[in-house]
Amino acid sequence: MNTLVTALIVVVGVPAAVCGYIIATEWVIRGFASTTKTKLRPWLWVLPAFLFLGVFLIYPTIRTFINSLFDRTGEFVGLQNYADLFGSGGFWQVLANNALWLVFFTGVVVVLGLVIAVLADRVRYESLAKAVIFIPMAISFVAAGVIWSFMYNINPDIGTLNAGLTAVGLEPQAWIQEWPRNTFMLIVVGIWMWVGFAMVILSAGLKGISTELLEAARMDGATELQVFFRIILPLLAPTIAVVATTVVITALKTFDIIYVMTGGLFNTSVIGFEFYREQFTNRDPGAAAAVAIILLLAIVPIMLINIRRFQAQEAIR
Amino acid sequence: MTAVNGMAGRTPERSDVAGRIVRALNRWPVHLTLLIISLIWFLPTVALLVSSFRPPSEVLTNGWWNAFTLPFQFTLENYENVLGQNRMGGSFINSLLITIPAVLIPIMIAAFAAFAFAWMDFPGRNILFILVVGLLVIPLQSALIPVLQLITGVGLTGSFLAIWLAHAGFGLPFGIFLLRNFIGALPKEMFESAYIDGASPVTAFFRLVLPLSVPAIASMAIFQFMWVWNDLLVALIILSGGGPSVQPITVTIAGLVQSTGQGWHLLTAAAFISMALPLVVFFSLQRFFVRGILGGSVKG
Repeated sequence: MNTLVTALIVVVGVPAAVCGYIIATEWVIRGFASTTKTKLRPWLWVLPAFLFLGVFLIYPTIRTFINSLFDRTGEFVGLQNYADLFGSGGFWQVLANNALWLVFFTGVVVVLGLVIAVLADRVRYESLAKAVIFIPMAISFVAAGVIWSFMYNINPDIGTLNAGLTAVGLEPQAWIQEWPRNTFMLIVVGIWMWVGFAMVILSAGLKGISTELLEAARMDGATELQVFFRIILPLLAPTIAVVATTVVITALKTFDIIYVMTGGLFNTSVIGFEFYREQFTNRDPGAAAAVAIILLLAIVPIMLINIRRFQAQEAIR
Repeated sequence: MTAVNGMAGRTPERSDVAGRIVRALNRWPVHLTLLIISLIWFLPTVALLVSSFRPPSEVLTNGWWNAFTLPFQFTLENYENVLGQNRMGGSFINSLLITIPAVLIPIMIAAFAAFAFAWMDFPGRNILFILVVGLLVIPLQSALIPVLQLITGVGLTGSFLAIWLAHAGFGLPFGIFLLRNFIGALPKEMFESAYIDGASPVTAFFRLVLPLSVPAIASMAIFQFMWVWNDLLVALIILSGGGPSVQPITVTIAGLVQSTGQGWHLLTAAAFISMALPLVVFFSLQRFFVRGILGGSVKG
């Protein structure tokens, strides 16, 4: 009950306070000259947003970097946490898993998303087929983890996959215990969830290609494969790049699937999970911070690509 | 090869029925591939759903596909158990209590910033917006622990207020980005004539921008809803000091997986309870969700 009251106050209060703040600022600056007003006003409008961004994203990220330079006892150790990580076999195992995620998760999501988008474009039940593929995108990784743990269960009377194996006379498998197969099985879960994302964006890109162009190519005797590889693919390349960068970031940030399905055991950990293990299992905040910063550094190139793409987009606005 | 192409070119001139058969035959690989992919995509969810309605003794001893053999034995027992005994009912309420404010808080904040970025001139506007684009992809892993320390420092450990504000902050870069692109595409003449008529930016914002931006705001809200409702990591860390009574449904289910790895009758029901709301939102507001996905990525 108490929570409900707080919720109500916050839900009404915060937006009301922000609206009130904007109206109040206009009242406060009413006495100033018109040019001063125009100069001041934008800062007042972006201030609430940057307060939030500063408190919850910018300061904490800087703080994490600082934390990564200290050891468990709070003593400054420079880059020692990073050196320790790269000096341990366990962390290279983590990086190897991340490499598998990057290549196979990204590759399959983009290719399969494209294939489904192109195929669905040609049938009358397009929206139905796309909805089926897209549904997993709406549920949580936790629910997906339960769904797939159930599929992978070692008991052929429970796990669908092993039931299939025993039905054709094969031995049931412990899908998530043996490296590297387990990492691939976890990647399958990620693929199942994210293909819908790639499909939706690529499908929208596909609709933007003029049908006259494709018809003209077909009239000139191009086969469907030629139409796909020589026309559709080059025209979709920028969209594919957008999808790929987003999927790469998802691959790098992966946490939930590992947490729910293996808890990082059986050599399945990835950077996004290793951070949590260092912080809460090993109780080594310095190492955890170092892992988080390594994750951030891995994402920085994509961040820069996004920024450049955004600037190019603005230039033609 | 040319003969085949020639025939394909002549197809429309043939009798209608024959043409249709040829076209259908040409396209069966398309239908078959789509059918197989759709089945694979659907199967795991069906397995979960069917199992959640089977009696525990059945779930734990034979596969879900046996549910379709006579006699049918479907029951709501698992749902009753999981809601009654396993805190799942309380967690569902917690998820609602966490999600609704976390969705509503950032909307106005993002809209004000988006309006300033789109229609006001100020030095550093570009740099600041590029900062927002950069923050769009920041991994939360690199921010969460200091946020937790801040929250502990001000005595909000394990409180809903803490996670509302944190989710609001984490959702802002996407919201600002999405709304700024939408608001920036509104016609310039509209603002010019409003200002000529003596309207202040505050009036222009509330009378013009806000009503016209409803579709974009809906996209932002649905996205934030999906993201907060389905979140595990933020809740796990920010609410870590609050104990079981404040856990959202994702954290409770994840705990249930780890403690009762074999309680499939409960897990399947619990997972479906957690999926129900986002699925309803998805099916009723798919349009806005898709628009959010399309507008949220930096387009080429």
